[in-house]
Amino acid sequence: MSYELKANRRQFFKILGISALSGAGSISSLFALTQHSSLSTHHLGKRWAMVVDMGKFKTEEDYKRCIDACHHIHNVPDFGNPKDEIKWIWTAPYKNAFPEQEHEYIRDDIKNKPFMVLCNHCDNPSCVRVCPTKATFKRQDGIVAMDYHRCIGCRFCMAACPYGSRSFNWRDPQPFIKEKNIEYPMRTKGVVEKCNFCEERLAEGLPPACVEACKDNKALVFGDLNNPDSEVRKILSSRYAIRRKPELGTQPGVYYIV
Amino acid sequence: MFEKALIGNRGYWGWIALLLSIALLLSVMTIGFITYLRQLNYGLGITGMSRDVSWGLYIAQFTFLVGVAASAVMLIIPYYLHDYKKFGKIIILGEFLAISAVVMCMLFVFADLGQPFRVLNIILHPTPSSIMFWDMIVLNGYLLLNIIIGWAVLSAERNDVSPPGWVKPLIYLSIPWAISIHTVTAFLYAGLPGRHLWLTAIMAPRFLASAFASGPALLIILCLIVRRITKFDPGNEAIQTLGKIVTYAMIINIFFFALELFTVFYSKIPGHTHPFKYLFFGIEGQGKLIPWMWTAALLAIAAIILLINPGTRKNENILMAAAVGVFISTWIDKGMGLVVGGFIPNPFEEITEYLPTAPEVLITLGVWAAGLLIITMFYKITV
Repeated sequence: MSYELKANRRQFFKILGISALSGAGSISSLFALTQHSSLSTHHLGKRWAMVVDMGKFKTEEDYKRCIDACHHIHNVPDFGNPKDEIKWIWTAPYKNAFPEQEHEYIRDDIKNKPFMVLCNHCDNPSCVRVCPTKATFKRQDGIVAMDYHRCIGCRFCMAACPYGSRSFNWRDPQPFIKEKNIEYPMRTKGVVEKCNFCEERLAEGLPPACVEACKDNKALVFGDLNNPDSEVRKILSSRYAIRRKPELGTQPGVYYIV
Repeated sequence: MFEKALIGNRGYWGWIALLLSIALLLSVMTIGFITYLRQLNYGLGITGMSRDVSWGLYIAQFTFLVGVAASAVMLIIPYYLHDYKKFGKIIILGEFLAISAVVMCMLFVFADLGQPFRVLNIILHPTPSSIMFWDMIVLNGYLLLNIIIGWAVLSAERNDVSPPGWVKPLIYLSIPWAISIHTVTAFLYAGLPGRHLWLTAIMAPRFLASAFASGPALLIILCLIVRRITKFDPGNEAIQTLGKIVTYAMIINIFFFALELFTVFYSKIPGHTHPFKYLFFGIEGQGKLIPWMWTAALLAIAAIILLINPGTRKNENILMAAAVGVFISTWIDKGMGLVVGGFIPNPFEEITEYLPTAPEVLITLGVWAAGLLIITMFYKITV
């Protein structure tokens, strides 16, 4: 019997013990074993990340292509008002996306240039830390994912996210989805959602929809940070890239080349 | 004949007042419940909350009421640890106030959930890293403790015996437990990166100070009402001692607030100054909370002046006015001011304002009515 197997068994009993103590009994330990422990998840050794090359976003169409691709395949509704708004990837002027970097004499074209913003898929996601049901969780490959069926809609994650990346279904989204994509689940009212780095496409070996939408000018580059030969690593080692609010220690997985 | 219905002794009027208030509370509760069903059907979009201000009136009430619940220790400590017998008659009132406050807290959290039928997921998938998980534990524990203690003390009183011995350890346990509910509630806010108004180590002490002002202030109001409409007399000295507790707590509360102001405005770190500027002066012409925040500030100062001066504090009417002032001031400050202020500006330094909608207010009133009904029932049992 290998050491690893013993360690796994020990971990099994540990989880069982903790669950029993917490009064939830074996049901929750089953969930713990199947969904959250390293027992069932094969360690891929990947850390997905994105580089946004802002110089390559020139026309309005460059942004729209990416946004539309994402919002279409993920059934993101369009309510047409800011109060109910749901968005996975959108634009914010540089001065708003990087408020701590802003100064009076910054080049005007940069100051107000729309920057692509989305969930940063942080290494230290505060949204995951605060979620009381593990409805949002960090996968081994760095993706911060959502279980729409477990979310109770407390919106603690929205308060905890320092990037404003999360949206809430304030009302039934289905009538406001223009073209429904049956390949991806629609959400119900009362749950939180956000960018998922296209985990469903990655599972099929496809790049995220936004990345594919701008593959001609390579404005968005996606890849594995743990692979030194990956495209993202090559760009990061050759060009100067920044991340949003690095002082918070969340370690975002989205990099920007200004 | 009819004049018989209109004249009566104090007990008679007390009875009429009780029936009227119960009828009123029940109708407000019914309206609130019907509105809640509408919210359940439409979704939380029925409220004024948005993507940017994702918590509002409900969570504001929750945060404030956790403090009211915790403030029962301001009676427990003098009575049980310092043998201050004058609190003998009101200790049970404080206990029951705590119970109804915790019930209201739970109702407000429930009203705020997008998927209320999934609430048990918090227990089915326990997540110790989430402060909400711990808040659930401490609040339920506190409720249970107070129900057991309240019941035991009340039954003993009924039978003219002293409470059974096993209650004492529970009472002692309830003291740190009360501190814990408000500390953990402060931790909901104080550990979030990027929310500058909340990211302060003094949040928990501030919460406690404001709680120990608002809870006893509410108790003063309730005691004076009970004394006016029933034969029950909580005792002049007990009420005056409560007044002193409110005085100290409110001064400490304001002192802590001033400490926040110093750090924020002397350091001049922009992100930290923004919420304060928004709340009291508005930013870019937007400032729906300005009148509320200044009301809170002026009431706090006026109440402290009235309370700190023994001459005015000893006047029951003035004490009542000061208690109402403290209550409203802390309700604004630790309710809407704290919760909504934390979301403005948003992470993009943009201003999205928030005001509760009519349905939101009706649901809120419904929960308050439920809480007041519980207090009324408990006090009817006690008095």
